[in-house]
Amino acid sequence: MTGAMLGEAWQAMGANRMRSVLTMLGMVIGVGAVILMVAVGQGAQQQVQASIASMGSNLFIVLSGSTTSGGARLGGGAAPTLTVLDAQAIEELPQVVAAAPSASGSAQLIYAANNWNSQIIGSTPSYLIARDWRLASGLPFTDSDVRSATRVALLGQTVVQNLFGDEDPVGKTIRIKNSPYVVLGVLGAKGQSLDGRDQDDTVVVPVTTAQRKLFGTPFTGSVRSISVQSESAAAMPAVEKSITELLRQRHRIRPGAENDFSVRNLTAMANTEAETTETMSLMLGAIASVSLLVGGIGIMNIMLVSVTERTREIGIRMAIGARSRDIRLQFMLEAIILSVIGCLIGVALGVGGAYAMYKFSGMPVFVSMISIVGAFIGAAAVGIFFGWYPARKAALMRPIDALRFQ
Amino acid sequence: MDTMAVGAAPVIRIERLYKEYISDAGTVPVLKDVAFTVQPGEFVAVMGPSGSGKSTFMNILGCLDVASSGTYLLNDRDVNSQSPDELARLRNQLLGFVFQGFNLLPRATLQDNVMLPLVYGGIARSERMARADEMLHKVGLGNYRRSYPNQISGGQQQRVAIARALVNRPRLLLADEPTGNLDTQTSQEIMALFTELNSEGVTIVLVTHEPDIAAYAQRLVRLSDGRVVYDGPVEQAAEPAS
Repeated sequence: MTGAMLGEAWQAMGANRMRSVLTMLGMVIGVGAVILMVAVGQGAQQQVQASIASMGSNLFIVLSGSTTSGGARLGGGAAPTLTVLDAQAIEELPQVVAAAPSASGSAQLIYAANNWNSQIIGSTPSYLIARDWRLASGLPFTDSDVRSATRVALLGQTVVQNLFGDEDPVGKTIRIKNSPYVVLGVLGAKGQSLDGRDQDDTVVVPVTTAQRKLFGTPFTGSVRSISVQSESAAAMPAVEKSITELLRQRHRIRPGAENDFSVRNLTAMANTEAETTETMSLMLGAIASVSLLVGGIGIMNIMLVSVTERTREIGIRMAIGARSRDIRLQFMLEAIILSVIGCLIGVALGVGGAYAMYKFSGMPVFVSMISIVGAFIGAAAVGIFFGWYPARKAALMRPIDALRFQ
Repeated sequence: MDTMAVGAAPVIRIERLYKEYISDAGTVPVLKDVAFTVQPGEFVAVMGPSGSGKSTFMNILGCLDVASSGTYLLNDRDVNSQSPDELARLRNQLLGFVFQGFNLLPRATLQDNVMLPLVYGGIARSERMARADEMLHKVGLGNYRRSYPNQISGGQQQRVAIARALVNRPRLLLADEPTGNLDTQTSQEIMALFTELNSEGVTIVLVTHEPDIAAYAQRLVRLSDGRVVYDGPVEQAAEPAS
């Protein structure tokens, strides 16, 4: 019986093709919008998550001090209060996996006929551990390289591409600020950081080399920041506290006086960012869902018109023996078919739109199975919900009134 | 046919039937103390001027409307106490309708139209099709299964409607002005079909205002102002046209 009714519902829609198509359009746009918006939201979310993963896990960054000079308070990192020795001391704290000082700047790199400007980070072997940064090829520099400030370098992927092209850089010599450096290894790809910077456009050298030979700080051994990796997420509050205590002691800061450094929980900040994009993703989905709702109201509208138009048909069916529930089922089926077909087209359009968006604007998009299934269930629910009232109206007609309707 | 299974019980037994409508001006009585019995195999014409209550009477006979009081037994079942769903079932199983305006579904083929009562009766598809084809053949339209109502003449449409009315082997065929939209020639053909069906055992109650049409029946019931004013053989009733 349901099979016969499905066929009839299909016929009824075919009889008024233009109207059926226009009704579906509401669903098509609604579902398409949901799929597309969720794809954009999830794309952004995934990008942020990838950046967080590339940053290294359970990470703190200790910045050297905000100092007050002549009444003007300078920002973090303005005064070089942290030292390489501070980093070594932090590394010995319990629950700390690695602590790497970093002194950074930018410099011109030359290899053969190519040159490139890049960020140079001076640090220790711990840096690669703290940042979860693996080597793609070659070897890292060692503590003895740091001690003797040798001219060795690790190159990021972007640097390799620009200086070497397809050539293998390991063992080659490049020139940084016109001094020769031996390339020991190539860093693995990390992609964009949270603030959109290309993390692969980086050269890592021993911190001592950076200080003495590249940038030449006035205070020997001082660095702008120290990256600290804690054992686990759970240990982070305790580690933050012990770093603060340790540095206050080492810097001989009296109780009550301000810190001349700041400890930032990068992981917490990143998580906040992840939550923000998740909220954005949800919001986009919610806004798009409104159009799904509007599509549903469109279906209800047309179904109501259809019920009125077909009053006589309803009367005939009832005279022949259709029960209320048979009439209700018939109109519900029509509404559901309309919304499900609209949904199918909408999914195709949404996925196609997301792909086009990625292709032409490079925007990160991600179409998940869940969003497709969700849109489908949503569309079916909308069909049932908004088909119910017109179907009920049809089912509650009295046969004699319906038959008499002209 | 099954309809020939003549039991002792009448197809319709109506006693002291009243129907009134409630309007702003108060209750309006439409049918007053109507008694009406139809035995299996009868061919009854119901006549009456407009306003005599014959449409209301027909709706009640057809289980489309319910009486205000009184008894209506259809095939020994008390119609007044049935729920709307049970009434639908009675219409589906025991009654066949033929209307003045044919009332076919315009978007369905003739075969689908004839099959419709079987769909609501829950009959399997293969049997539905076989029975629909058989009925179409019986009314002389066996070659039009795949046609649509707007592709055939009015007389042919009424034949399809009759096929639809009979496809579920009802106890009673109710025809409401079945020739009202047809020319004389076609009307005669349709009435010949009714006569033929009756001779095969189909019980028919026919509402009409044309004496020529009523003359095809064996028995005439004349309604006036909500009361039965004549109930007897057709021949004797021809003169007093009220």
